[in-house]
Amino acid sequence: MGEFAQVGESEVEPLARLTEVSKRFPGVNAVTEVSLDIFGGEVHVFAGENGAGKSTLMKILAQVDRPTSGRVEVAGAPVTHRGPAEARRLGVAMVHQEFALAPDLTVAENLFIGQEPGGFGWIRRGRERALARELLRRVGLGVRETRAVRSLSTAEQQRVEIAKALAVDARLLILDEPTASLTERESRELFTVLGELTAQGMAVCYISHRLDEIFAIGDRVTVLRDGSVVTTVPVGGMDESALVRSMVGREVDDLYPRTFREPGPVRLEARGLERPGALRHAGLTVRAGEIVGLAGLVGAGRTELARSVFGAEPATAGSIRLDGRPVRIRRPRDAIAAGIGYLTESRKSDGLALQLGVDVNITLGRLPMRGGLIDLRGQRRVAEHYRESLGIRVPRVDRAVSLLSGGNQQKVVLARILRTGAEVLLFDEPGRGMDVAAKSEMFQQLDQLAAEGRAIVLISSYLPELMNMCDRILVLRAGRVVGELEREEYSEQRIVALATGAGGEHEQRD
Amino acid sequence: MSSGTEAETGGRQRLWSPVRVSGAVSRLAAAGALIVIFVVLSFVAPSFLTADNLFNLGSQTSVKAVMAVGVTLVIITGGIDLSVGSVAALSGVVGVLLMAEHGLNPLLGVLGGLAVGATAGLVNGLLVSRVGLPPFIATLGMLSVARGVVLITTGAVAVFGAPDSFRVLGQGVLGPVPVPVLLIVFVALAGHVILTRTRLGRYAYVLGSNPEAARLSGVAVSRHITAVYVLSGMFAGLGGMIAASRINSGQPNFGEGLELDVIAAVVIGGASLFGGRGTILGSLIGAFLVAVIRNGAVQLGIGTFYQNVLIGLIIWLAVWWDRYQRRKFNNEETG
Ligand SMILES: Nc1ncnc2c1ncn2[C@@H]1O[C@H](COP(=O)(O)OP(=O)(O)OP(=O)(O)O)[C@@H](O)[C@H]1O
Ligand SMILES: [Mg+2]
Repeated sequence: MGEFAQVGESEVEPLARLTEVSKRFPGVNAVTEVSLDIFGGEVHVFAGENGAGKSTLMKILAQVDRPTSGRVEVAGAPVTHRGPAEARRLGVAMVHQEFALAPDLTVAENLFIGQEPGGFGWIRRGRERALARELLRRVGLGVRETRAVRSLSTAEQQRVEIAKALAVDARLLILDEPTASLTERESRELFTVLGELTAQGMAVCYISHRLDEIFAIGDRVTVLRDGSVVTTVPVGGMDESALVRSMVGREVDDLYPRTFREPGPVRLEARGLERPGALRHAGLTVRAGEIVGLAGLVGAGRTELARSVFGAEPATAGSIRLDGRPVRIRRPRDAIAAGIGYLTESRKSDGLALQLGVDVNITLGRLPMRGGLIDLRGQRRVAEHYRESLGIRVPRVDRAVSLLSGGNQQKVVLARILRTGAEVLLFDEPGRGMDVAAKSEMFQQLDQLAAEGRAIVLISSYLPELMNMCDRILVLRAGRVVGELEREEYSEQRIVALATGAGGEHEQRD
Repeated sequence: MSSGTEAETGGRQRLWSPVRVSGAVSRLAAAGALIVIFVVLSFVAPSFLTADNLFNLGSQTSVKAVMAVGVTLVIITGGIDLSVGSVAALSGVVGVLLMAEHGLNPLLGVLGGLAVGATAGLVNGLLVSRVGLPPFIATLGMLSVARGVVLITTGAVAVFGAPDSFRVLGQGVLGPVPVPVLLIVFVALAGHVILTRTRLGRYAYVLGSNPEAARLSGVAVSRHITAVYVLSGMFAGLGGMIAASRINSGQPNFGEGLELDVIAAVVIGGASLFGGRGTILGSLIGAFLVAVIRNGAVQLGIGTFYQNVLIGLIIWLAVWWDRYQRRKFNNEETG
């Protein structure tokens, strides 16, 4: 990477060329007359607000979606939009956020679905495995090709997806927010792999909301706003604030608006929570007005801790006190009744009712009732309120959530938990998929909630978020809390050392 | 945060949005088909458009329509109720027996029939929500159990002897309007209000769309799932009582295969067997469509066998049309 910068406009044939591509959905111009060249060897980053049209544009390139108008060419030949299979034949592969893997098949089998080596209906399994091993090596994945995909971590599955793209000799790889559910280290590994691939002449289109990674791996960046290209520039020609300005159209002065205050009395106290295979004597206390961060690797038990406090998967042992009183939480309903709210880690699988309206989803936690019946006007009012305050991009609040962009879906989940008015709030990766401005707005809300005396737990894989927003950070590893850091003790190194168990820090055992 | 989307595209000026309409597309299509078939039948079958036959049609439909309301609720949660035909027979028989042999007055007899249906529904609901049986299995079992109980109690012989006033339910008129038609209106309104304005209805949609999201939002999942099957059983019971009143007896063989017509009505009306989608109005139109086809076929002298083929074709057509429209509306700008 990096060497790309001197490639000019005319010298090299573009790998892909978009000409005045537009895509309209009912009530929305998702993409408007975008013209763009993608060159081999570059990491081309796409940035922009939630709903700016990034995913839609990439889906058009990958032939998942058909443009309303405009032309797409790959390697000089016009694209017919016959579908993803056709795109693959042309060497374009897209890794979606929801992976398209068959969880019960092995890694090797997944890599060659639809083009198994062999013939006459037979699969040459030995050859398949050998080819698979070679592909796994190229994507730097050290798992056996005979493992079932189900047993792999998110990061590993993602790497399998990339290997799948290599299996069809893709020359253009599209990644839509690939690091949203990866840890720092996994992200860095991914970047290394992408660096190797681009060095071999592959082009990578990369959607991201994370400024640091845009600058770390991007060669050029295209900023979209309201479906149109604002600018396409070499990454070196722009600094963070200029990038943000061109995305949002204004300054975002404070990414992490937090006012630290003296915390009040303890509101949430969880002790000795156990859950076989997930939590080992884990606990936490949160005071009124505090935001307590949970750090750790994926699978370290952060989500499990929050979910057991919330009763989603209750602990088998341990105690929970709220405002000093012991409470028994066996299911989410108990937690909600006690005033605990939880924003789920994965909005699609257990957060949203995708086919239902934005309004229905927002009010689900607390239905506006009137005379024993649902107050439909009230529901609409509530939904409009959050659409305004969180900037949810949707033409009408009764539109199905499935039609919203990823970041806007996340805002719907956020709106629901804000609306419940819970006193103790557990936020599990609340900023996932949100753009910088929306995140800043969300953190503003968190700060406000804290100022009102609520107790807040924040889970994030992005350390700067935790370090800027939290009064304290607990670090988890293998289901237990292995360290607690006060604000003046924060450093990425320390947290990472605790999280990985390296660096010989003292473990806090009981 | 800026939000220029709607201002720039005129999304707000539009009075109706295609997305919203797409939900109603299958309903519109079914309603259109209903009208066409109705008009055609009026011309080709002279006996079709007679007061007698329409009266008959109305009360024939009422059994299916009333039952379809309950099944709609179940299907919206992503479940299915295969037992409604058997449960209707059980309710009819028990209801008539209560009046004939225990001297209950017709009102109590009918309520007794509803209670029997609700109880069967409760068993279904508990099997699904507490025991964890798949709805298909739970209600398939009930289909068999309820039918068995009917045959045991009656010895496979029809039961008679309800007081004359019981006929009002299925044969009475209020002014020019048959009582069963009034019952359709009443039950449909109730069903509509339940679905759109109560917690139960709202949670039915959410449970059908994403049960885990419902649970994490504090929805009492088991209770609401159970309630939906109870209502389905109760409406099946009402259907059974209407049918019993129409023939003035409890028939042990009543309603065999009826569940298929009812489910067909709901699906033709736009509900999704995967859950999360469906409306009372749609199911009602579906029920009328099925009933008109069966009635019209009789008028034209077409046998049941051919009617079955016809209804199967219409199910295919309705669901295909629905999917086709949905895909189109979701991906392409129209109008
Ligand atoms: N199938 C669809 N039907 C209607 N509108 C859609 C559909 N798909 C996308 N949109 C709309 O198109 C716009 C662009 O969406 P897109 O997913 O491309 O945004 P994005 O830039 O990827 O945003 P995010 O950063 O939140 O992922 C949004 O307003 C979205 O609501
Ligand atoms: Mg997106």
